[in-house]
Amino acid sequence: MWNELAGGALIGLAAALLWLGIGRIAGISGVVANLFLLRQGHRNWSLYFFAGLLASYPLYVQFAGTPDMDMTGNKVILISAGVLVGMGTYIGNGCTSGHGVCGSGRLSVRSIVATCTFMAFGMLTVLIMNKLMNGAGV
Amino acid sequence: MNMKIMVKIITPLLAGIIFGLGLLISGMNNPAKVRGFLDIFGDWQPALMAVMVAAIAIFAVAYALSNKMKQPWFHSIFHQPSLTVLDKRLFIGAALFGIGWGMVGLCPGPALLNIMTGREDILIFIVALLVGNRIAHFTVGPAK
Repeated sequence: MWNELAGGALIGLAAALLWLGIGRIAGISGVVANLFLLRQGHRNWSLYFFAGLLASYPLYVQFAGTPDMDMTGNKVILISAGVLVGMGTYIGNGCTSGHGVCGSGRLSVRSIVATCTFMAFGMLTVLIMNKLMNGAGV
Repeated sequence: MNMKIMVKIITPLLAGIIFGLGLLISGMNNPAKVRGFLDIFGDWQPALMAVMVAAIAIFAVAYALSNKMKQPWFHSIFHQPSLTVLDKRLFIGAALFGIGWGMVGLCPGPALLNIMTGREDILIFIVALLVGNRIAHFTVGPAK
């Protein structure tokens, strides 16, 4: 519980620093789109943020050891999920960070609606895979 | 390099490091834990909720502070999100993302962070995500 609250607080702090420091919303799907769709004028800060995100990993490993990471190895599931996440976050203009954390913190109705929608569909998907498909591919 | 340029590099870099550490400390880098949160009809793990609540609360305070500021500390303007409409696009996008998120338990932040594990399954997911991004860009296009 304390790890979750502390980690969440750090995520909030990072978003706060980005907003108060350079006036940008910490939305990772935005960062991805900026980097890979070559959006002029948005690329630099996205690149530095991305570099920082990657740098956090060895830093964490240095002090706390390799973190747990368990996920499906089923390539069909991995590829379809990746494509859906890539399309969905582009079309809906955000994900867990941009809509979920920053948008909710701004009390944006649009972001709160988006967050409830992707959470509901995420829950439904897990329900279907775990209960009706006997934990398909997991 | 002058001071101003350095600050503009260091601020997002530091934000990225703190963000990543937050994901790792909370365990949200781990897809199994995220799927545990989404599994409300099974063995529900509320961890993600605590992460979200803490993050939202702190960002909400920062956002309220910014309402009283003319500009950010190291930049000329706040890039305020301009979209407010609840259209079909928002619902379809969020639904597609939700399905993909539920299937594996990875959203873009943890996916990018986990590149550092060098695992093949993560790289496959990232390539698929970028392909999905491109498909949406060329079919639907950017939001107006």
